[in-house]
Amino acid sequence: MATQIHLVVDGKSHTLSVDDPNMPLLYALRDELGMSNPHFGCGLAQCGACTVHVNGQATRSCVTPLSAVKGAKVTTLAGLGTPEHPHPLQAAYVEEQVPQCGYCINGWIMTAAALLKENPHPTDEQIRKGLSGLKCRCGTHMAIIRAVKRAASMA
Amino acid sequence: MKNIDMLRTDLTRRGILKGSGALVISFTAPASIAAAATAATAPPKPLDPTQLDSYLAIHRDGSATVFFGKIDGGQGTDVGIAQIVAEELDLPVDKVAVVMGDTATTINQGGASGSFGITWGGKPMRHAGAQARQALLELASKRLKTPVEKLVVSDGVISVIDAPSKKVTYGQLVGGKFFNVSMKWNGKIGNDLDVDGGAPLKKPADYKIVGKTPKRRDVKPKVFAQPATYVTDMRIPGMLHARVIRPPVADATPTAVDESSIKNIPGAKVVQKDGYIAVVAPKEWNAVRAAQQLKVSWTQPAPAFPDPAQLYDYIRKASVRQRKVEKNTGSVDQAMAGAAKVVEADYEWPFQSHASMGSAAAVAEMKDGVLTVWTGSQKPHYARDGVAALLKLPPEKVRAIWLTGPGSYGRNDAGDAALEAAFLAHATGKPVRIQGMRPEGITWDTKGPASVHHAKAGLDASGKIIAYQFESKGFSRLDLDSNESNPAYSLIGQQWGVPLKPLDSFGTPDEAYNVPNRLMAWETIAPPLDRVSPLRTSHLRDPVGPQIHFASESFIDELALAAKTDPVEFRLKHLSGRDAAAVKAAAEKFGWETRVAGPKGDSKADVVTGRGIAYAKRLGTIVVVAAEVEVDRRTGKVRAKRYAVAHDCGCVVNPALLHNTIEGNIVQATSRSLWEEVRFDRQKVTSVDWVTYPILDITEAPEKIEIVLLDHPEIPPTGAGEPSSRPVAGAIANAIFDATGVRIRRAPFRPDALKGSFA
Repeated sequence: MATQIHLVVDGKSHTLSVDDPNMPLLYALRDELGMSNPHFGCGLAQCGACTVHVNGQATRSCVTPLSAVKGAKVTTLAGLGTPEHPHPLQAAYVEEQVPQCGYCINGWIMTAAALLKENPHPTDEQIRKGLSGLKCRCGTHMAIIRAVKRAASMA
Repeated sequence: MKNIDMLRTDLTRRGILKGSGALVISFTAPASIAAAATAATAPPKPLDPTQLDSYLAIHRDGSATVFFGKIDGGQGTDVGIAQIVAEELDLPVDKVAVVMGDTATTINQGGASGSFGITWGGKPMRHAGAQARQALLELASKRLKTPVEKLVVSDGVISVIDAPSKKVTYGQLVGGKFFNVSMKWNGKIGNDLDVDGGAPLKKPADYKIVGKTPKRRDVKPKVFAQPATYVTDMRIPGMLHARVIRPPVADATPTAVDESSIKNIPGAKVVQKDGYIAVVAPKEWNAVRAAQQLKVSWTQPAPAFPDPAQLYDYIRKASVRQRKVEKNTGSVDQAMAGAAKVVEADYEWPFQSHASMGSAAAVAEMKDGVLTVWTGSQKPHYARDGVAALLKLPPEKVRAIWLTGPGSYGRNDAGDAALEAAFLAHATGKPVRIQGMRPEGITWDTKGPASVHHAKAGLDASGKIIAYQFESKGFSRLDLDSNESNPAYSLIGQQWGVPLKPLDSFGTPDEAYNVPNRLMAWETIAPPLDRVSPLRTSHLRDPVGPQIHFASESFIDELALAAKTDPVEFRLKHLSGRDAAAVKAAAEKFGWETRVAGPKGDSKADVVTGRGIAYAKRLGTIVVVAAEVEVDRRTGKVRAKRYAVAHDCGCVVNPALLHNTIEGNIVQATSRSLWEEVRFDRQKVTSVDWVTYPILDITEAPEKIEIVLLDHPEIPPTGAGEPSSRPVAGAIANAIFDATGVRIRRAPFRPDALKGSFA
């Protein structure tokens, strides 16, 4: 039986009808709502490519059952900022030309955005610890750190 | 040459494309580029390699589109190509769009391959840009009734030198029309394709765009999550989602598939043929669930793999399938016999995985008799050929379109996904999107080969190398060819029983040490299992570069120690010219203190630091890496804290993008040196995720990477996509020795492997 679940994604209200209420949020965003982000990276909460904010908290959507986020406010990378009104991290990412393939980008930017909200002027050490566990296979870590520092200095 | 069939395929693409240029571009390029390219109508493009129109179009608004038969995996190759063409064409770089990797609109230039994007890919593009400029000048000469010598070009406007008001734009001259200009083609398709119509090239001293730092075009679409950026995001109405079922152990084949085991999942169906099994469903999550739930019975084959604890002995003892002596100069044996000192050592390197950020995806659709596949394969033209061969379709009825994949470091799992999506679309009659779960990209991607390396050298009384023997033995770097043009080089083709012909290839150190007597050779052994094997090999970034140069550059340091000489000084004794200059530049940037390597001061402290250097070439590019490491002698944990890198790839087209490319390579190579090793047992690969295949964490990333770009505008660029990957492991190993006095000859340098080594 289909289950109805209500969500607010990037400011828009949606009622989803799904076969399995335990379907991870990731599939709802991509498949039901047709979003191009976040990405499926591992399905195991090990890499962060699927990260979104759920009620302001950076959350791995690949392991978050839809039933656990009923009525929640979800923000994705696309909802964080736009080319016209970028989030400081997005502006810094463009300035530093951070990504190579960029498939990991939701993890780093969404986690860093939550980090900067908590701690607007983190030290290098705090940035690294705060982003620990996220994966970037292309090895853009140095540029990521530069971008987070740049974003912090813009705030 | 052998690729003539592929060429013929390219030539017959014309029919498909006619009149649809604008549509094609809107599908394949990020929005910003598509907008630029479609601002004026792109002409239908004949894909005749002798025709200028096959490489370049001028639109009515005076902008240009370049049709480039390679792809960019995120290092900015397309920007470099735009700079090169804009330079020759005298157009602002932002007026040059680059369309890549669509078999209907680009000629096969080999895809991403061997760091040749700018080196070889840029050559015909540069010639095309110069040829177009010359053709435009000739047209302007007629239009303005002024000899070409009296004309001047600036930003796509041609005017009369002494009468600047007499002018005409590129768009007015040829916008939306063909040039119909022939160029001399070298008859090759793939990496070495070149054309040259004889138009003069701009002198490097006059460069205004090459050497500057325009930004990448794909960064904003990625940062703002714009649609149609990734192949994973390609969607077609009515498409099915697919997941593949791989064998639980190597060499197993299915004996029964219980389709009723997924009957509770809406829309889920099994699609199978000759041992290949996938599930499809209209909803992606239902395809995932069906793949997890489907009951399949498998044969129980005998264990196929060597005991992983004995891997290197297995390689040493295995029969040699091919031996190749790549360099044999002077007389090594004689010189060795007369040496004042002889040094000998062995080194070992594990299987490694591409472990791309996401497992590969592909989307395929059969429509109006044409099968189109959207793929992240680095070599879409070859993916097209593989799909055609697999499905026995005429190649002109297959079109492959490259879109950014989730990671691009060689022949990863993207080639398999492309062929599987095509089969599933063909079999179901519906558009199909397939994506791997995590194991498809770590367990089942092709692997970089495990190897052993034996080095022996003789020093004379002055401490110079007079004899040098270096031999590698390992799995071939190419059990599968580096592209998927032949179904035998795909998992689905192998499951269907297409006979596999593993290729034999390895390599030798690429360096310019002045040593009079040398023997450099390699030997390959057979893959442990010849088909559908998760330990099959193919190209992974800088194929065999990291393993060979880990061994050779560690060994050079062992020789320096035997000669009681500082490692930088020792290298400089055997190098000259640009190689020596690069060593000096890295040492200077690093702040290298001249002394013999080895522990200094309180070497029994729990945490000790050391520095090491390594140098390597790659097809003309020179890289030197100096590393500072910190070793925790109690835990065995190594941290690469700081690097200074000198990089000489001839002419630097875009220093900012080159900087980030090198930085990415250094960090990725640090990860491969410190952590990466594919785990397996006698029956299967047990690296299945990021816990069982750990890579470098940001807390372990270096504190600082300083990069010196040695720019030689007069020397044609020699490639930068991969070379800086290869000296990193050697530099770290040399620094570990400097810190601890212990020589580590097996990679990776993981704490669990090193713990106890420094007691």
